[in-house]
Amino acid sequence: MSPSVPLQEMIRAIRSARTQCEERGVIQRECAAIRAQFRQTDNGGRSHNLAKLLYVHMLGYPAHFGQMECVRMIASPRYSEKRVGYLGAMMLLDEKQDASLLITNSIKNDLSHSNQYVQSLALCTLACMGSAEMCRDLAPEIDRLLQSANSYIKKKAALCAVHIVRKVQDLGELFIPAARSLLSEKNHGVLHGAVVLITELCERNPETLKRFRKTVPDLVQIMKGLIISGYSPEHDVSGISDPFLQVRILRLLRILGRNSESASDAMNDLLAQVATNTDSTKTVGNAVLYETVLTVLDIKSESGLRVLAVNILGRFLLNSDRNIRYIAMTSLQKIVGTDHNAVQRHRGTIVDCLKDQDASVKRRALELSLALVSASNIRSMIKELLLFLSSCPPELKAQATSGIFIAAERYAPSKRWHIDTILHVLTTAGGDVRDETVPNLIHLITNASELHCYTVHKLYRALVTDISQQSLVQVACWCIGEYGDLLLKGECQETEPVQVSEDDVLDALETVLQSHMSSSTTRGFALTATMKLSTRITDNVDRIRSIVSIYGSCIDVELQQRAVEYNALFKKYDHMRAAVLERMPLMERNSSGNTNGEATAETITETNSSKVTQEDRVPAPPPQQQPAKQTYDLLDLLGGSSEPLQQIPAAQTLPINTSGSAGGDLLDLLGGLEPSPATPAPSVTVYEKDGVTLTLSCEQQSDSSLAVTLTATNASESDISGFTLQAAVPKSVQLNMKAPSRDSLPARGAAQMTQLVMLNNPNKVNLKMRIRISYTRQGSAFQDMVQVDSLPGLS
Amino acid sequence: MMRFLLLFSRQGRLRLQKWFTPMTEREKKKIIRDMTTLVLARQPRSCNFIQWKDLKIIYKRYASLYFCLGVENQENELLALEVIHRYVELLDKYFGNVCELDIIFNFEKAYFILDEFLMGGEIQETSKQMVNRSIEASDMLQETLEEYMSKPAF
Repeated sequence: MSPSVPLQEMIRAIRSARTQCEERGVIQRECAAIRAQFRQTDNGGRSHNLAKLLYVHMLGYPAHFGQMECVRMIASPRYSEKRVGYLGAMMLLDEKQDASLLITNSIKNDLSHSNQYVQSLALCTLACMGSAEMCRDLAPEIDRLLQSANSYIKKKAALCAVHIVRKVQDLGELFIPAARSLLSEKNHGVLHGAVVLITELCERNPETLKRFRKTVPDLVQIMKGLIISGYSPEHDVSGISDPFLQVRILRLLRILGRNSESASDAMNDLLAQVATNTDSTKTVGNAVLYETVLTVLDIKSESGLRVLAVNILGRFLLNSDRNIRYIAMTSLQKIVGTDHNAVQRHRGTIVDCLKDQDASVKRRALELSLALVSASNIRSMIKELLLFLSSCPPELKAQATSGIFIAAERYAPSKRWHIDTILHVLTTAGGDVRDETVPNLIHLITNASELHCYTVHKLYRALVTDISQQSLVQVACWCIGEYGDLLLKGECQETEPVQVSEDDVLDALETVLQSHMSSSTTRGFALTATMKLSTRITDNVDRIRSIVSIYGSCIDVELQQRAVEYNALFKKYDHMRAAVLERMPLMERNSSGNTNGEATAETITETNSSKVTQEDRVPAPPPQQQPAKQTYDLLDLLGGSSEPLQQIPAAQTLPINTSGSAGGDLLDLLGGLEPSPATPAPSVTVYEKDGVTLTLSCEQQSDSSLAVTLTATNASESDISGFTLQAAVPKSVQLNMKAPSRDSLPARGAAQMTQLVMLNNPNKVNLKMRIRISYTRQGSAFQDMVQVDSLPGLS
Repeated sequence: MMRFLLLFSRQGRLRLQKWFTPMTEREKKKIIRDMTTLVLARQPRSCNFIQWKDLKIIYKRYASLYFCLGVENQENELLALEVIHRYVELLDKYFGNVCELDIIFNFEKAYFILDEFLMGGEIQETSKQMVNRSIEASDMLQETLEEYMSKPAF
């Protein structure tokens, strides 16, 4: 067994260890020795061992095996051992450990010890780590000690009582009489403890607060005594007599005067006296002034006093000491709501603090500046804030940008200024803005129709300079897509004209598309913008077409889908392209959280395209541009356009289908019942012309679903090719056309074509069907329509 | 109410820790880590106050030691600076021109002094002389012949 070394030797040994590993080795050896020592009986060196263990614990090593030793040491009669034992208890035990219960008895005994220093150890430990049970147990003891004659013990008992009240609120009642009487003490330590105890009691219980309001005159007396009295060597700190006590009394006065006119009146004079007489050259004087100001602003003080307080804060703002400026701004923040004008007077100094080097000061200055922005100073304040933004520390950027946006939105003097400000923020700190900024900005731009030309020019210029700020790039792409024609026109009243050619614009968009800095969303914006330009520019449509087709095989699924759809827009639905891509109408601003106008508009364009490209027999409804329409509800658009028996007067519009959504059709497809006509259903001829005959037969498959078979034959002398049928049914009926057996009809009825149509009629409406027949015969196209008012085979 | 007082060196080694509310070991270690990183990262002449979670952190550097006090939000920061200063003065009086080594080798004495000055997160005694007298008296009580023999002349 290695000999135990004295504490200081061990510390020296640990400190001389050169590596972490060496240190661990020394400590392990020592701990082993300590453990062995603990197992031995009393040997006089116990306090040293425990002290060593506590040192090891402070370095961060586990020391829980010392807990029982602490308990044993506390029970020892020797003062040295008690002292270290209690220290160990405070460091190693807390109320969550089971061993802490074991010391309750020792503490109880020591509280009645003859020696006051032993008593003080017990009181200190109780105040540090006393659990609720211990507090309940020992509260009467503490109350007794509060009334002892010994001021050394009284002051400690007072703080112990504070701890008990914090742990077990109900026990507060017990201490009220003792606390009241302690206020007449002369000893500052006891007085301080009493004030803290009363503060704690009043904060927790409004009833107690009312009772203690009567003590306000006494507190005022004590304060006056402290201020007026001459130099007292025991309590003086740089000319202030006992600042700690003064501050505590001021805080108690604040709590007592808070909602009470009478109490506030009683302390008015005193507060004025403290505010004017306290020397503010040193920190300690400023601490007292600070507490005074906080008290004045919180109670129902008269206006003269309030003005005095705000002036003190103003003086603080000009102080060269950073700490003082910091707390001045913290206090001004609290009153900026109520005494707004008073704080406005110091706006200049506050804005100057934005330029301070210190991060804490900057943060306070930012918060306060944002609170001071108003309609009258918006331009200058935002200018300062934008300047601040360019040199702002990163942790404050998000707060600054959102603050600037909110302020700009509330007080913007003109739309152009508003747009300029937002653009400025995006160029400086685009990476830290919130996500809603992009749609908000787009909404703003759309609504400022007279500024479209100006905006798009500015954004274009910003785009060619720098494409790293994602929000800015997204907005720029969107604008170029929408207002590209204005950009290319080249003239603009608000900014200097710049010649932009179509190639330049497409170059810019392509750079965004290809750059690795662009996020997926940004590239989506760029692609859509490129597509929109196809209707706004004249010469380079082929280039656009090639760009779009390249991205048809992009790895990014979103981009690929868009490209494929746009491709289809070029190829199959070129006639619709102009209508689909025309200018956006004014959007209604939705409340935040819902999809905003921009997003739904985008989705509409896409869904239209996607409807177009679906390769099923269901013809897509043509997009209905209704500029007056406010809501862009997806279903409304699709449903609204599907009046079944309506012909849309457009070039070559297709007959409209039912309001069955794509999803619904899909379900029908999957859940479609296999046609199994057990018995030949009755068929009826619905159309006969030019040798083409169409017959229809129905079969009820289930309660609401129906299988309709269309059969077509060609009795004429010439072949028919490209024979297609299209069908329309009433609104609530779902229709699903299966693939036809063939699409050519040879002459003289050599073969017939059949097509199965599944109908789902959940509402049991009267079933009608309109069928369009189209085919090509001898090089010319034919089309015809027939309406079937009642389907055969139905009951 | 004060929540904790930490003393650590410029290299981040802890010299004293006093906790005024019950906390688990893990929480304590986390706070110590956070405080050392937060305070050691500050520029030389910056503001001594930091807002951290729901607490105010007041720190001051004396020679090679950082004193870091965590207080609740309604406390007076300037007074907290005075508290730190008072504690340094008490240590200085006791050890005579205190330096970091004194606190390292006599850490338990530093705790005893602290326990005479602060208690339960509040100031216990506002008079310097009273605190010094109490410490001296307690030390006298502790001294026995054998302790006197084993105490090194530091």
